[in-house]
Amino acid sequence: MSEQLISENKTLFTPFNVIAGIIVIIGLVITFLRFTKGLGTVTNLSDTSPWGIWIGFDLMCGVALAAGGYTVSSACYVFGMKKYHAAVRPAILTAFLGYATVLVSLVYDVGRPVRLAMAYPFVVQQGTTSLLFEVGLCVMIYLSVLFLEFTPIPLEWLGLKKIRNIMIKLTMVLTIFGVVLSTLHQSSLGALFLIAPSKLHPLWYSPYIAVYFFVSSIIAGLSMVIFEGTLSHKAFHGKMDKTYLEEHDPLVLQFGKAASLVLAGYFSIKIIGIAADNNWHLLVTPYGLWFLVELLGFVALPCFLYAIGARDKNLKLIRFTAGWTVFGIVLNRLNVSLIAFNWQKPLSERYIPSLMEIGLSVFMVTALIIAFKFIATNMPVFHEHPDYKETH
Amino acid sequence: MSISRRKFLGWMGAAGATATVGKSAKAASNKHFTGYPEGLGVLHDITACVGCRECEAACNKVNELPEPDKPFKDTSVLDQKRSATTKAYTVVNKYDAPSKAKAPVFRKMQCNHCLEPACASVCFVAAFSKQPAGPVVYDPTVCVGCRYCMIACPFEIPTYEYDDPFTPEVKKCTMCAPRIANGQLPGCVEACPKEALIFGKRDNLLKIAKEKIRKHPDRYIDHVYGEHEMGGTSWLYISGVPFNEVGMREDLGVTPAPSLTSGALHVVPMIVGLWPVFLAGMYGMTKRREKIAVEEKKKAVSHALEKANSEAEEKLALALEKANQDKEKALKQAQQEKEKAVKEALASTAETKPAKEDS
Amino acid sequence: MEHTFYTLQEFMLHTESVTYIILAIILLGVLGFWLFLTEYDD
Ligand code: SF4
Ligand code: SF4
Ligand code: SF4
Repeated sequence: MSEQLISENKTLFTPFNVIAGIIVIIGLVITFLRFTKGLGTVTNLSDTSPWGIWIGFDLMCGVALAAGGYTVSSACYVFGMKKYHAAVRPAILTAFLGYATVLVSLVYDVGRPVRLAMAYPFVVQQGTTSLLFEVGLCVMIYLSVLFLEFTPIPLEWLGLKKIRNIMIKLTMVLTIFGVVLSTLHQSSLGALFLIAPSKLHPLWYSPYIAVYFFVSSIIAGLSMVIFEGTLSHKAFHGKMDKTYLEEHDPLVLQFGKAASLVLAGYFSIKIIGIAADNNWHLLVTPYGLWFLVELLGFVALPCFLYAIGARDKNLKLIRFTAGWTVFGIVLNRLNVSLIAFNWQKPLSERYIPSLMEIGLSVFMVTALIIAFKFIATNMPVFHEHPDYKETH
Repeated sequence: MSISRRKFLGWMGAAGATATVGKSAKAASNKHFTGYPEGLGVLHDITACVGCRECEAACNKVNELPEPDKPFKDTSVLDQKRSATTKAYTVVNKYDAPSKAKAPVFRKMQCNHCLEPACASVCFVAAFSKQPAGPVVYDPTVCVGCRYCMIACPFEIPTYEYDDPFTPEVKKCTMCAPRIANGQLPGCVEACPKEALIFGKRDNLLKIAKEKIRKHPDRYIDHVYGEHEMGGTSWLYISGVPFNEVGMREDLGVTPAPSLTSGALHVVPMIVGLWPVFLAGMYGMTKRREKIAVEEKKKAVSHALEKANSEAEEKLALALEKANQDKEKALKQAQQEKEKAVKEALASTAETKPAKEDS
Repeated sequence: MEHTFYTLQEFMLHTESVTYIILAIILLGVLGFWLFLTEYDD
């Protein structure tokens, strides 16, 4: 008996748990400060930089990287890539947790979180001319759709067969709704910045910005599925069933190929964007060089690397490229919302995140990983539930 | 200068207005929007501003804002570039404009009360609204605090009470909407001792501004700032130096804020209307392809089965034939053996008979 | 009588609000229509 306790204690203090524990404690302290002392104490926000990394990273990147949910479920159920059906569950789970995290981050970021929770924009007074209204509406509905798509996992775990079978029947409709809603809010996140041509650098400000955000969200979705699959492989190998493992390699190959294709299209329309605004001369300015770093280093290069990986069936290269691309998408979102925003201001008036803001973002990511870990360890995510084999 | 004279000058624009009522050539239509016809505004003549900060003091008083760190009489604060804050809705800044090296230039800044306000366009609870009288007012009872209005405002006007943990609000100049509704002048206009602020109907202020420029081409730059900037603003400015030398952006363009986002907004219903059609179509095609694949598979299977069957039958027939032959052979053999046996038996009985006869 | 809008913002607030209501109806309608269309499919 006592021996058992000791061994349990030992497993509790794994490096992951210790680091995660420290981050969670720091996060809780910041949470306390945020909700008792106000945004001013915790953040470096100002009247000219009203959006910081809680928007630029947590919201913008969070939503983009959660695009795996709609990308994979539509590939599998709408476009008939049925053989990758084992990847749908982890992707839906990641998306659901991603969006939930985004929502929690927003509760921290807005000045009156209670009014956000009470859905003031939709219940009390509707500012329908705002793109944020549309983003909010879509994210809210999509979170519910993702929740419904996600429910079979806990329902199987809990053994509630009847409801589970109803949810499975709804899959098709939910998938189509998910794609419509994702198209809308992924693109509208970019369109949020259409209102500020005088603040966002012209190379990033484009009439096509909504299209850019949508197309790059597909890239983010495909890359995230590969990237996240690679990480999960290391962590949850024991939890994966034969179907998942067998389907995984061809999936990586196929998704790498698809990502390469979409990246090529994205690259083309980015070039067209420069031409449409006649911004060629800006390319030789410092911001232009930074733009080229993003365009060549994180769009053209991964496009090429993915292509090589897919041609040579080099899974390792594809996996690496997936991580690289994910980083590139994060860079793009940060560029639009923070780095190239207020570009005309001197550095002294620019926004630089405070340590506590960074701390809270790290806390959010950690919380997401912990939740994912719990669910993936306990519920049928990477393997089919024994009762429901052959039912798909 | 007496209060009454100041008041009179302040209302100059409005006085001129009465004469023009009914003569407006603008036909209201829902195709082209020209703003509220009776909208009021303020004309700021930058050449007349002396940087006395009377307007700041008045604004502080009428809006019941907290006491500032340094008194309003202290003009040393002018040495720094300031912007409006949650505790000061308007500030006057001093500029050493290169094109007028002799003396510094002063400019007052506050919300410009745009005809098509960006802040109103982006607020997802519609907390901002343009009143027909001119002011763009904010409703703190619905604001969620997303601060998108601050991202959107091209003049960087709205400010936020970041230090208030529970009930933070957006703060900005109200154009003294409550006072205007009472028939009073905005606080800052009333306090200005130098006719640098003129209150009145926007249409008339535009005329006055242009008249001033026409009369004194040497004194003014030939441009009324706010006539067209961002679709036009209720506050107008005339200046003796280029506007960018007094910290006013000249690259904002003339597109009204809602037009910047209308394109993206109009795509939304198209996606909702057509995406499901496309996706359902894709799904149908996928399904059909799967069905065909399944049928073909079935066909292939049954074909294979048939083939296998016929082969088996052939084999069976062969086997049967062979079996028959074997059987016949065996029968024949059996027959022969039987005959042979009978013969032998007959022969042996014939042999034993004579032996019996012998005994 | 047609209401006269004086600002684009006011006009769009009206048209967009109507649009969103129609969109809600469309989304529900699509669902019903799909069921109607495929009712006798296997
Ligand atoms: S100046 Fe800014 S805050 Fe004032 S009405 Fe215009 S957009 Fe709104
Ligand atoms: S901060 Fe308030 S007023 Fe400004 S856009 Fe958000 S909800 Fe509207
Ligand atoms: S109009 Fe009123 S609120 Fe605005 S600056 Fe003048 S005194 Fe202040």
